[in-house]
Amino acid sequence: MSAETTEPPVKPGEPGARALARRRRRASVARFWREYRRHRAGVFGLAALVLFVLVALTAPLTVGSDVDSVTDAPGKPLESPSGRFPLGTDQFGRSLLGLLVWGSRVSLLVGLLAAALSVLIGALIGITAGHFRGWYATVMMRITDWFLVMPTLVLAIVLATVLSRSLGTIVLAIGVTTWPTTARLVRAQTLAVESRPYIERAKALGGGHWHIMSRHVLPNVMPLILAQTTLIISSAILAEATLAFLGLGDPMVVSWGGLLQDAREAGSVSSGDWWYLVPPGIGIAAVALAFTLCGRAVEAVLNPRLGVSR
Amino acid sequence: MSSATGRVVGKRAEDGERASAAPRGQRTRSGYPRYVAGKLAGAVVSLFAVLVTSFFLFRLIPGDPVKFMTGGRPVSAEQLAVYKEEFGLDLPLWEQFTDYCVKALTGDLGTSYQFHAPVVDKITEALPNTLLLTGTAFVLYTALGAFLGTRSAWRHGGPGDRLNTGLALTLYSIPSFWLGLLLIIVLSVGVDPIPGLFPTGGMESGREEGFAHVLDVAHHLVLPVVTLVAVEYGQTLLVTRSALLDEMGSDYLTTARAKGLRDDLVRRRHAVPNALLPTVTLVFVNLGRTVAGVILVETVFSWPGLGGLFYQALSVPDLPLVQGLFFVFAAAVILMNTLADLLYPMLDPRVGR
Repeated sequence: MSAETTEPPVKPGEPGARALARRRRRASVARFWREYRRHRAGVFGLAALVLFVLVALTAPLTVGSDVDSVTDAPGKPLESPSGRFPLGTDQFGRSLLGLLVWGSRVSLLVGLLAAALSVLIGALIGITAGHFRGWYATVMMRITDWFLVMPTLVLAIVLATVLSRSLGTIVLAIGVTTWPTTARLVRAQTLAVESRPYIERAKALGGGHWHIMSRHVLPNVMPLILAQTTLIISSAILAEATLAFLGLGDPMVVSWGGLLQDAREAGSVSSGDWWYLVPPGIGIAAVALAFTLCGRAVEAVLNPRLGVSR
Repeated sequence: MSSATGRVVGKRAEDGERASAAPRGQRTRSGYPRYVAGKLAGAVVSLFAVLVTSFFLFRLIPGDPVKFMTGGRPVSAEQLAVYKEEFGLDLPLWEQFTDYCVKALTGDLGTSYQFHAPVVDKITEALPNTLLLTGTAFVLYTALGAFLGTRSAWRHGGPGDRLNTGLALTLYSIPSFWLGLLLIIVLSVGVDPIPGLFPTGGMESGREEGFAHVLDVAHHLVLPVVTLVAVEYGQTLLVTRSALLDEMGSDYLTTARAKGLRDDLVRRRHAVPNALLPTVTLVFVNLGRTVAGVILVETVFSWPGLGGLFYQALSVPDLPLVQGLFFVFAAAVILMNTLADLLYPMLDPRVGR
């Protein structure tokens, strides 16, 4: 706050410091977008994502929220695709197209929440461990290493097994097991940022820990966090599908992984009912791929040396 | 330990790791033996960490573990007491922990609740099958990924490169269990024109002896291996490609070309050996990960390995078995990371001197 009192008085007709900062931020976003647009795969992924999000958000209007009701299912069990049910029906006679659209909500929601949790923990530990050196950093990095040697999927499965079956558990299991990568990346970046002269200047002007971390380090690691988030979402969606397929998801909730598990239990593999199995898998793969494409494009824009997707 | 685990997160974090480790620069005195000792000590610490985690993880279960194990079935008070004593749940927590550690170190991981057999026996029974499956898949996807990645980078930006990366990214996004189920439908059950070519699951049909038996197992092995290779080769491809791309602009390649070396030789003798480094670490980390990823493939193809066993244990849930397998999977990852660390100085003389 001391910075504000020492600011020179704003002359009329000239933009103030805040307006300047805002303008600079807008310019850098525009520059980012110009670069991003040049990665065709990234734009394609982004368009696909917008489409998926729209489908998921409008699901209550298009298919209705009673699509997963077992008691008043509209069709007969395991019907093949027809005009009325374009993707056939499941073993309860529910429309598979409706379930597919409805399931996208859970897959996206869990993927986003788990990634948010994972990145939040990772960024928090990464920035603080990079900023406060000494015993705190040592302890935090040891904990990070501890989680890093655990096989992520196995740990998530075990967590989901011992805790109660719910969406919250799945989010927790994925979020708690995937953060160490982010923590390491963010810490490395924080160390690099903090060695620059302007941090010393900020300290000399009386900037506290919070000020330096939130005003100087965070904006600089934000791009990295953004790229990391998109990549983690894609693996979180795959992890959610995996856990649901193994029967560890909330049995009351329709998700793509859960649909695949239902399909397997209904014997659609041995009877060759491909129309039950194929669509949910395509959904999972398409969403995961879209997020991966976006993440790689963001990464390539921010770090051209990586030479990905060119 | 920190550099051992830094590898896991891949190339980018490793750059950061190296940057933060650079100012120390006191490694000059220690030779390879010292480096090895350090890495082995790190591995032992990690293994102990896994042991601690697996002990406390299974104490997270809300409520009474015995009630959880008996699955809400009516159990008499005497039986409950027997269970409590068998699992040592009547002892204080720290005694349970030391007990657990001592038993684990002597190779006793408890008794499976579901099979009424020692967990260690079930694991050693299933281990060779898993090794056969993952080993075969590992060799194939590493070779395929490295080969395609090299070609992709050498002609980067071309149509072949774009097709390769696109396909790899797509396959990488596909859930392995789904791919496995589709392969079963198309190639085992058979879709109309195609008859069922491969068995739907299991490892052997029985009866056959000698060479016929080997052929039979190989026949059963095809689909699971194809599934694993398809979902895993993408990462090897991408890392090989980006490692080689990093080398592409280097001066020594220009020199090699200026000497008049053929393009093929420049690639094989000069570029690839230097790009091998990040790839090799990834290869080992991948192998550790494959052991965990095999859970789904084995489940789908009813392969009698560790992964299939894990799934069976989960559905009960058979806690001693889950706990034992968790330890084995984590140990596999640690083992592979340590191997990568030990191999590293042989490939890059700058490390560990």
